[in-house]
Amino acid sequence: MHHRQHTGPIKGTGQGDAERIQRRSFLKFAGMTALAAAAFGVDVPGLGLGKAFAQAGAVDLGAGDIGILNYAYALEQLEAAFYSQVIRSPYDGMSRHEYLLLKDIRDHEISHRAFFAKALGRKRIPDLEPNFNAVNFSSRHSVLTTASTFEDLGVSAYNGGGAAIRHPAYLAAAGSIVSVEARHAATLRDLISPLTPSFAGWDVVDWKGLDVARAPSQVLPKAAPFIATSVTASRLP
Amino acid sequence: MDQDVSILDSIDPDLSGRLVSKRDLFARASGKLGALATTPLLLAAVSTEAFGQGLPRQIVDVLNFALTLEYLEDAFYHAALSRPGLVPPQFIGVFSTISRHESEHVSTLTGALGGAAIEKPQFDLTGHGKYPDILSNFRTLALVSQTLEDTGVAAYKGQAPRLYGSGEVLTTALRIHSVEARHAAEVRRIRGVRPWTGAFDKPLSKRQVLAAARPFIAS
Repeated sequence: MHHRQHTGPIKGTGQGDAERIQRRSFLKFAGMTALAAAAFGVDVPGLGLGKAFAQAGAVDLGAGDIGILNYAYALEQLEAAFYSQVIRSPYDGMSRHEYLLLKDIRDHEISHRAFFAKALGRKRIPDLEPNFNAVNFSSRHSVLTTASTFEDLGVSAYNGGGAAIRHPAYLAAAGSIVSVEARHAATLRDLISPLTPSFAGWDVVDWKGLDVARAPSQVLPKAAPFIATSVTASRLP
Repeated sequence: MDQDVSILDSIDPDLSGRLVSKRDLFARASGKLGALATTPLLLAAVSTEAFGQGLPRQIVDVLNFALTLEYLEDAFYHAALSRPGLVPPQFIGVFSTISRHESEHVSTLTGALGGAAIEKPQFDLTGHGKYPDILSNFRTLALVSQTLEDTGVAAYKGQAPRLYGSGEVLTTALRIHSVEARHAAEVRRIRGVRPWTGAFDKPLSKRQVLAAARPFIAS
């Protein structure tokens, strides 16, 4: 894992206005997080719990808002690691258009990961070890289907976890992330099946026009095959 | 007011980053939507009197506000798809899907509100003459579609904290919110622009959203 050096929006990508907006938004939410962190006593010296869990071979996400934030942090870690690998070793025949989209997505996931790491401070779980053995990074089909699976899963996780968040500032932050994940999901689905209803297909949007919502206990088993570290959520819904 | 303009500018399609796309149909979208930021007016239609099915007043307000936007989107796509030849054949599947979702959102919200649901307003889809060719020019239609979807995403996001503690109501709003984001991304791709503006989508306040929607409300 060589992704830790990327802790902010990547410069020199020629994004212009979009990049400035991203940076400004991030600063805004970073500020909000500082307030929220103070409210939760996140900066109180911790007990090195993360390390203890890692030594025991399993990581528990914790309870309450800290648990939900660690849950999101775990998923963002997974996504950031995945897209970093995709950009390091582009699949055969990746077009310039696809490369630019995937690089944007990688940068977003790295920003999301950094956001949660900062919000959690010392209460954050340790770095998770991904397991992408099932992914063929030289195959467009393998990469894009895995990516869309991650994005749909992420959307369902935020949708299902939102109501469990106790602090309104965290709910607002999660809301600002989930719609970006949904934009990713639609885009990846469109790359796989261009100009079809797939971007918001029947497998994700029901007859009431509602996207999927899943509880942590439903999401983690689906993410588990891609995470070498054992993750438990015994104190989450 | 200046602040409102700058915030609305951030969702102006013409200011968002462009990708070189094989499907970029349009050399350049015509006309900016900056003029959407007209004087904020509260919609008379958004009633604060009603209490539907025992829901707290704040929840009713938020849901009726969302319903207003869904009514507008529903009317917009229904009108667009009713004009033969307006939506190019290759995009019919996408816009039909979006249109169906907006109808479903209207049903879902009116169902949740029961007797507290507001009536459907009368709409002027030209935005009081701002988009005279909205129902004859697909480029204008797609531009307004993107703006409505991006605004919808920001509107739900802005209201989510007001649904704090409402449990299932909040979850339902979140589940609509991400569908609107899927729509926004797909329409942006059809227009040949980036499907997103950054790593964090911004919320809009009710006042900001109503200012953007006001030109489309006839009554």
